[in-house]
Amino acid sequence: MNASAVLGIVGSATILLALFEMMRRHRLREKYALIWAVVAVFVLLVAAFPLLLQSVAHALGIQVPANLLFFAASILIMVLTLQHSSELGRLEERTRTLAEEIALLRLRIEQPQGLAPSSSTTQQPDDEHQDGDG
Amino acid sequence: MRGDGSDLRVLIIVPAWNEQDSIAATVTEIRTCLPTADLLVVDDGSTDRTYERATGAGAIVCSLPYNLGVGGAMRTGYRHALREGYDVAVQIDADGQHDPRFLPRLLERLDAADVVIGARFADKDDPYKVRGPRRWAMVMLAAVLSRVAKARLTDVTSGFRVSNRRAISVFAAHYPAEYLGDTVESLVIASRAGCTVTQVPVTMRARAAGTASQSPYKATLYLFRAVVALLLALVRDWPAQFDDGVTKADTQVRPDAAGGPDAAHPDAPGTDPTEVRR
Ligand SMILES: Nc1nc2c(ncn2[C@@H]2O[C@H](COP(=O)(O)OP(=O)(O)OP(=O)(O)O)[C@@H](O)[C@H]2O)c(=O)[nH]1
Ligand SMILES: [Mg+2]
Repeated sequence: MNASAVLGIVGSATILLALFEMMRRHRLREKYALIWAVVAVFVLLVAAFPLLLQSVAHALGIQVPANLLFFAASILIMVLTLQHSSELGRLEERTRTLAEEIALLRLRIEQPQGLAPSSSTTQQPDDEHQDGDG
Repeated sequence: MRGDGSDLRVLIIVPAWNEQDSIAATVTEIRTCLPTADLLVVDDGSTDRTYERATGAGAIVCSLPYNLGVGGAMRTGYRHALREGYDVAVQIDADGQHDPRFLPRLLERLDAADVVIGARFADKDDPYKVRGPRRWAMVMLAAVLSRVAKARLTDVTSGFRVSNRRAISVFAAHYPAEYLGDTVESLVIASRAGCTVTQVPVTMRARAAGTASQSPYKATLYLFRAVVALLLALVRDWPAQFDDGVTKADTQVRPDAAGGPDAAHPDAPGTDPTEVRR
């Protein structure tokens, strides 16, 4: 067994262990853990059976098998990052909705009578008259 | 609180972000022009005295916990309008560029359309001049949106507009927070949802205070972002995946809403925000 195989096996085993530990401590949601587990198992396979990589590369007509590995890895990382961006967008939309709701709730607490008829709230423009928290 | 002569309940929504120098004058002017309408200033996480000055001038102020941009502020306002059963929502800038004396004219046109834009460049002699890439962007946006809305629109980036209840229910659910989403994309959304859009020529004033966004570099960036925003708006699928704005509960007007139950029209056509025509 050569050095790169040992490196790959040790690396993927570490990722799998870390995944397990993070899930056990509720640090990682199952849906993300699954993706990373698939990645780790895949790396483990490639490291343990280098022939696998060589034969696939050969079948695809790639001269240096390592190039296939780099290509696959970069595509994978790109997809995962894209997925995170999309997830981030969804979260932003959710926090936006919450912020809007909070503002409306605050309005109802500060102005429990709702928007009173304008004529009854007529005030002169006066800068120092409110010490509001806004 | 009946709007201008008719029996419509009107809510004027003013998005304001760090506008302490102009907000009080704007609020006072709007209240003199339309004394019967309700006025809601949406303070978008301002770090200056916008909140105090707006309340001081007699506006109801709704404070967002942090800056969401014009889209977030406006959606907050439209949701409030939807829940409180307002018939008409008005959007007007806090910086004093929009003259509220045009409002009665805009409101009048609501009999023929769901959204009425107060538009510059409608007449040849409009004193408001914009040049260079910024102008090209505005012309391109106006041309494309005129086709989408099937109406002549000359100024789609105008933040001066009035909407009826049908448009309010659409905007309460979908009002983009993205760049140019608050003006351009929201019009695409309204048209796609079956709302009719029209415009009334207005003249706009120079900024009352603060800084305007004008420099050749910024104008070019503006053109570029406008193209991207427009293309996105046109190809996007509806209803948007990220939108989780309005639930069924929002379309039911609160029973204790200011106008009483007679002002509520939960059964009015087009008030279902989930029903979006392609
Ligand atoms: N809620 C909210 N309102 C904003 C924000 N930025 C600007 N506004 C408001 O939107 C309105 C228009 O903003 P302006 O900066 O004047 O934009 P504009 O009129 O398109 O451009 P110029 O006046 O030419 O600079 C004003 O009432 C601002 O207070 C923001 O981040 N959040
Ligand atoms: Mg302005």
